[in-house]
Amino acid sequence: MSAAYDVIGSRVPRKDAAPKATGQAVFIEDLRFKGELAGALLQSPHAHALIKSIDVSKAKALPGVVEVITAADVPRVKYGVSPARYDEDLFAVNKVRYVGDEIAAVAAEDLETALKAAALIKVEYEPLPRLLSVEEATAEGAPWIHDEFPNNVCAEVHQEFGDVATAFKECDLIQEGRFVSKRQDAAFIEPNQCVAIYGQDGMLTLHSSTQVPHYVQRTVSMVTGLPMSKVRVVKPYVGGGFGPKAAATPIDLAASFLALRSGRPVRMAYTREQVFSFGRARHGFTHEMKIGVKKDGSLMALEHRATLDGGAYSSFGIATVYYAGSLLGGPYKLPNMKYDGRRIYTNKPACGAQRGHGGVIARALFEQQLDIIAERLGMDPVELRLQNMMETGDVTCNDLAMSSLGMRQCIEAVAQGSGWKQKKGALPKGKGIGIACGFFVSGAGYPIYRSETYHCTVTIKADEDGGGVKVFTAAAEIGQGSDTTMAIIAAEALGIPYDMVRIESGDTDFGIDLGAYSSRTTLMTGHATKEAAENLKEVILGELAGELGIDRRRLDIKRGLVKIAGEAVDIAPLRVRYQKEHRGWLSQPEGGQLTFNEASRLACLRRGTLVATGKYKPPVLGGKFKGAAVGTSPAYGCSAQVAEVSVDMETGQITVERVTDAHDCGQAINLTSVEAQMQGSVAMGLGEALFEEVKFDEAGRVMNPSLGEYHIPTIMDMPAVDCIVVESGEPNGPFGAKEVGEGAIMPTIPAILNAVRDAVGLTIDETPLTPERIYMALKKAK
Amino acid sequence: MSAHILKLKVNGREYQALVSANHTLAQVLRENLGLTGTKQGCQVGDCGSCTVLLDGEPVNSCLVLGVQAESREVLTIEGLAEGNKLHPLQDSFVRAGAIQCGFCSPGMILSAKALLERKPSPGLDDIRQGLAGNLCRCTGYQKIVEAVMQASHRMSGEASS
Repeated sequence: MSAAYDVIGSRVPRKDAAPKATGQAVFIEDLRFKGELAGALLQSPHAHALIKSIDVSKAKALPGVVEVITAADVPRVKYGVSPARYDEDLFAVNKVRYVGDEIAAVAAEDLETALKAAALIKVEYEPLPRLLSVEEATAEGAPWIHDEFPNNVCAEVHQEFGDVATAFKECDLIQEGRFVSKRQDAAFIEPNQCVAIYGQDGMLTLHSSTQVPHYVQRTVSMVTGLPMSKVRVVKPYVGGGFGPKAAATPIDLAASFLALRSGRPVRMAYTREQVFSFGRARHGFTHEMKIGVKKDGSLMALEHRATLDGGAYSSFGIATVYYAGSLLGGPYKLPNMKYDGRRIYTNKPACGAQRGHGGVIARALFEQQLDIIAERLGMDPVELRLQNMMETGDVTCNDLAMSSLGMRQCIEAVAQGSGWKQKKGALPKGKGIGIACGFFVSGAGYPIYRSETYHCTVTIKADEDGGGVKVFTAAAEIGQGSDTTMAIIAAEALGIPYDMVRIESGDTDFGIDLGAYSSRTTLMTGHATKEAAENLKEVILGELAGELGIDRRRLDIKRGLVKIAGEAVDIAPLRVRYQKEHRGWLSQPEGGQLTFNEASRLACLRRGTLVATGKYKPPVLGGKFKGAAVGTSPAYGCSAQVAEVSVDMETGQITVERVTDAHDCGQAINLTSVEAQMQGSVAMGLGEALFEEVKFDEAGRVMNPSLGEYHIPTIMDMPAVDCIVVESGEPNGPFGAKEVGEGAIMPTIPAILNAVRDAVGLTIDETPLTPERIYMALKKAK
Repeated sequence: MSAHILKLKVNGREYQALVSANHTLAQVLRENLGLTGTKQGCQVGDCGSCTVLLDGEPVNSCLVLGVQAESREVLTIEGLAEGNKLHPLQDSFVRAGAIQCGFCSPGMILSAKALLERKPSPGLDDIRQGLAGNLCRCTGYQKIVEAVMQASHRMSGEASS
């Protein structure tokens, strides 16, 4: 812990841990409202079909059914994530584009009736050719999934920084590689669910298991036509998000309409199977790279092509296809970079954002190629990386500014911690060690919609008795620990103990906060919280200075006590006043120093309830080229990892035995939470590397839509993860802090790939690294 | 669906409830008894978040019918603390940072409880096997292992003192 701080950098228990350990914490499923109706969706059984007719008469006639709605009953408003690609209708208009596309919604007295009614809706379809792969969707003469997007190209990116062609001519070695990854599911343990309530006052309140109350509020407002001031979104505790919960869902919108029409609370929930068929998680990526280096190992140029299998709608996909390119600009010095990316519509659930958005597979291939380059040059992979590493203050060729970059310390720490020097090249066949690096934004530099809005505002109110403060933020605690982070920041900035800070979050009534995505909360909401706390402290000390008749600058608060610089001041009159107010109370302030309680109480007596606010938005960032916004951030977190694996040469089974992980988070706000994010990232990366894949049958249906068939890491799969926290001190972060939530996943897949390559001597170019894939590769190599 | 009067003991208290024959124990606990600490992540027995102890043994309460709990004893997460005093496992989970989103935590803690009953001083492999049926997507499990270790030390310390 830094000596300069009292709370920051400590291991205080999370604010939400005890309620979650006792079952008291309220998740969406635990909320109950009087007169709730149960909602259900009718979803398409076809991957691609025209709708010839819809007959809801039987469903409406079923006793217990209250509302049945289709596209005919709601305004025709296209929505989505990026305003440039609003390509979704709440209910299918004439056409369905994936198995699961929403056609109608029902509200009934109970779920059984709602499901029965949905099944009674008669839809006549005219099936269209199914386009289930990029190849099928881009084949000559393939039908267009969206009329507005010719040849099923959802988005294209063409960028060049520097002069790649000229740079390649100057290179001594050129390395080319290709990599294919599969669609992944975020597999948060709590399925999406919501309850919409429409009151007599004309307010629609939506309780939803979301990462982004603000964007949900905005989308519900836009689609229903209600003003934003009449839509409130409240997020209870959320059982994980990881990206796919970062946008309004069809159930958020359908429940809203059903509540508006029925005047009763409407609950809608996805089953686990529906979570899989809704998708919105990691894309399947295909990357091709050509990397040029000098003899001495200096990276000169990268030519990069990516194709993303996007599914039926855009979701976050525009940002994804940009991120897939832009995040290779660092952390290595790379003067020339060319990127061509495309995202293709297919008749599968839409893909979207997931931890390490857009960047993880590009990173995997790039880091794998670096190892091959090192081998070809006869260099150690660690040395090659150190040689090319950027330093604090460097700017990438695509204008990303590394205002702090502890990448070198991370590499050195994991090399040291893993015993790299003794192990690399010295392990027996079947055992391997691999290293990789990665970095990620500490919050997207711009909102999803074009706006000059503050990205977050925070309000802090002092308790009237002076006993503490309460922080109000619309930020989304989704398990990552943002409530605790904000409480720590408020405590530190005010100079009071952590226990004196309470927090309420996740409610659009508390201000604006763009939500939990792009690893933005610690830096951005942290800034706003710090500013609010400092402003409150200013008010309290200003009043105290007035009362004492001294200069405000002589006063400070530290560990809950008022520090008065300079000559002694008589505090007795103030203390007596406080004591008189509390005659008969057992606890009274003691000692020669005024307490925060006394100062805050005094300020309240002079001014009434004390409230202060804070706000944050990043400065204007990035270049002027198209897509320059994606990848910009006020700061970048970075990681290095070493993975050690053993591979069964008979069966192809891979066991990750140990991971040594170093992450530069600028400054740990809560050390335990930083490690927890690092370990969780490694687990998700390990699952993606080794076994996670959403599979489809020939009809476009998810074949493994359960947590039994879609294997995420269990406790049995996880190796020991040694966490090393590097603190480079980020000048643009509150108290020097930046992200840890997503940068920490970037090196995991390539570190495992490189370790497997070290173990078996083969370059595997496709994930997941199932035993079958490894077995076949070993067999082929024999 | 026929309804049955179900008698069972939950967290030491006798309950009587009118339940549908097709309702799971998880549904009965949550809906009839209001014990919403039991979480439902998949409802098909894959994730373990609905784990409760049935006569001391961990079960996925989504795979047990309510009526199967007739005259039996159930321990849910609400029954673990003694008043305001957290059970050592709960306290260790809190202190070790083993809880993030917390959706798996009730089931995880109850599986750990059953493990420590069976094996008061478990090794790493015992913990891994004991919690193999409980999925967590947030933590990577490491701090969960640490929490169970710490709890076992504290509990054996308490038992011997």
